[in-house]
Amino acid sequence: MIPLTLADVIYWFNALFTAEGLAGVVFLCMMATVVAGAVFAVTSARLIRSVTGLALCFIGVAGIYYFLNSPFVALMEILIYVGAVCITISFAIMLAEPRQEDQGGRKNAMLWPMSAGAAVLLFWGLTMLAGKAQWPAIPTRINNGSLEDVGISLLTTYSMVFELISLVLLVAIIGSIVLARAGRSKT
Amino acid sequence: MNLQSEPVWLLVSLVAVIAFAALNAAYLVWVERKGAGHIQRRIGPKEVGPFGLLQPLADGAKLMSKQLLVPKGVDPVLFKVAPILVLVPAIMSFVTIPFSETLVGRDINLGLLMIFAFASVNVLGILIGGWGSRNKYAVISAVRAVSQNIAYEVPMLVIVLSIVMVSHTLNLNEIVRQQAGFFWHWNIFRLDLSLLMPVSFLVFFVCMLAETNRAPFDMAEAESELIAGAFTEYSGMGFGVFFMGEYANIVIGCALAVILFLGGWQCPFGVASGWWWFLIKLYALIWSVVWIRWTYPRTQFYGLLNLSWKILIPIAFVNLILTSAQMKLDNLF
Repeated sequence: MIPLTLADVIYWFNALFTAEGLAGVVFLCMMATVVAGAVFAVTSARLIRSVTGLALCFIGVAGIYYFLNSPFVALMEILIYVGAVCITISFAIMLAEPRQEDQGGRKNAMLWPMSAGAAVLLFWGLTMLAGKAQWPAIPTRINNGSLEDVGISLLTTYSMVFELISLVLLVAIIGSIVLARAGRSKT
Repeated sequence: MNLQSEPVWLLVSLVAVIAFAALNAAYLVWVERKGAGHIQRRIGPKEVGPFGLLQPLADGAKLMSKQLLVPKGVDPVLFKVAPILVLVPAIMSFVTIPFSETLVGRDINLGLLMIFAFASVNVLGILIGGWGSRNKYAVISAVRAVSQNIAYEVPMLVIVLSIVMVSHTLNLNEIVRQQAGFFWHWNIFRLDLSLLMPVSFLVFFVCMLAETNRAPFDMAEAESELIAGAFTEYSGMGFGVFFMGEYANIVIGCALAVILFLGGWQCPFGVASGWWWFLIKLYALIWSVVWIRWTYPRTQFYGLLNLSWKILIPIAFVNLILTSAQMKLDNLF
């Protein structure tokens, strides 16, 4: 137990109400949102609740992006992940999951030891990674992260990536149309 | 106290926005009932106060004094989260709407994107509410709301994209500033920017009606088929909050239409621009939304989806291509 004197308390209280202290509080709130959403998504037995947890997690991630001074990425995170991905997932659940109650699945005797082992291994790996890895230096800020800068670098430096992504999306659209048309001719 | 200092302005704008949303929700219900009454050759509410003007207060008191029932079979967490998820994003969107050049909660550069980002969360609220209610009507309503929103978000975003292309900015205040002067400088009349401007306003307005679940597109809340749709199991203020969210979304949709197409806070004759012009245009548009609701019957669901996928989306894409071609031509000559 660390001895806590009144002077310490006052020091920490003062440190909290500086710009860095408040920023830290905001950051911790975002992290708490992310972790809470993720835990909710993983632990709940009902899929639709998991989607809600996922949405909460994404909102927290968007908050972290905003905290890191990239409002464009933050808003895109909400628009695409919360507004499109989560809704599409829940749409799929609605179409595919008529029963709500029995979600238990088969209980396996090896489940607990195996998951505990996996958790320990993962923890050990992450600890080793954190301790031993040669971390690259904190990258310098390239630009303001504003919409103009993102657009310019998408169409100059990263134009190849941009084109490739649009190609992938086009393939996905054509593929879904092919699948849907096949389903239509069968019935 | 300095009103322009950061924390004070944050608090003031937050309180003002919540008050504005609540006041609008209360009095738009009155407008809706009064308008419906007169359209159907009745009087509408008249007992409480002069012209029934105190009716919203009576309604609010009634809703708040009712018990908040959580039925036995529902998913308790999702059931309680859903109304919040509908209302909070709507209130967030109000923060960036410029009522006048200076009267804006937060004049951020990505205002338009922010409104669409938070508007897309709204449907998640309806979905969770409907699914969490465990009621067959509510579930059908949730499925309808989602497919409707997916269908109408596409043409709306594509239309807005063409507006962003001609105005080169996502800042709502800047978009309004570019429409200064006489009313033929408003985006809806700018045929020199895009030949299909009036058509794109129409598409935007139709999409806005569908996104806010208004008649003739209120398939998610079709009383004659689904009781009250996703809100069937809600009582008291739970239902009230959904209602507030719905009206807040209508106000945001109309405000966006006014800002993007009708010149925002600009005066039609180039003199004395200000928040009064914004409110006049906004409420005229909201009135037309009410008017449409009580004039047209509800469409069929396949009609609704066909309208979006077969008519509005092709028009939106043609508009986008035409606008970019026109921009390119302007650059050439």
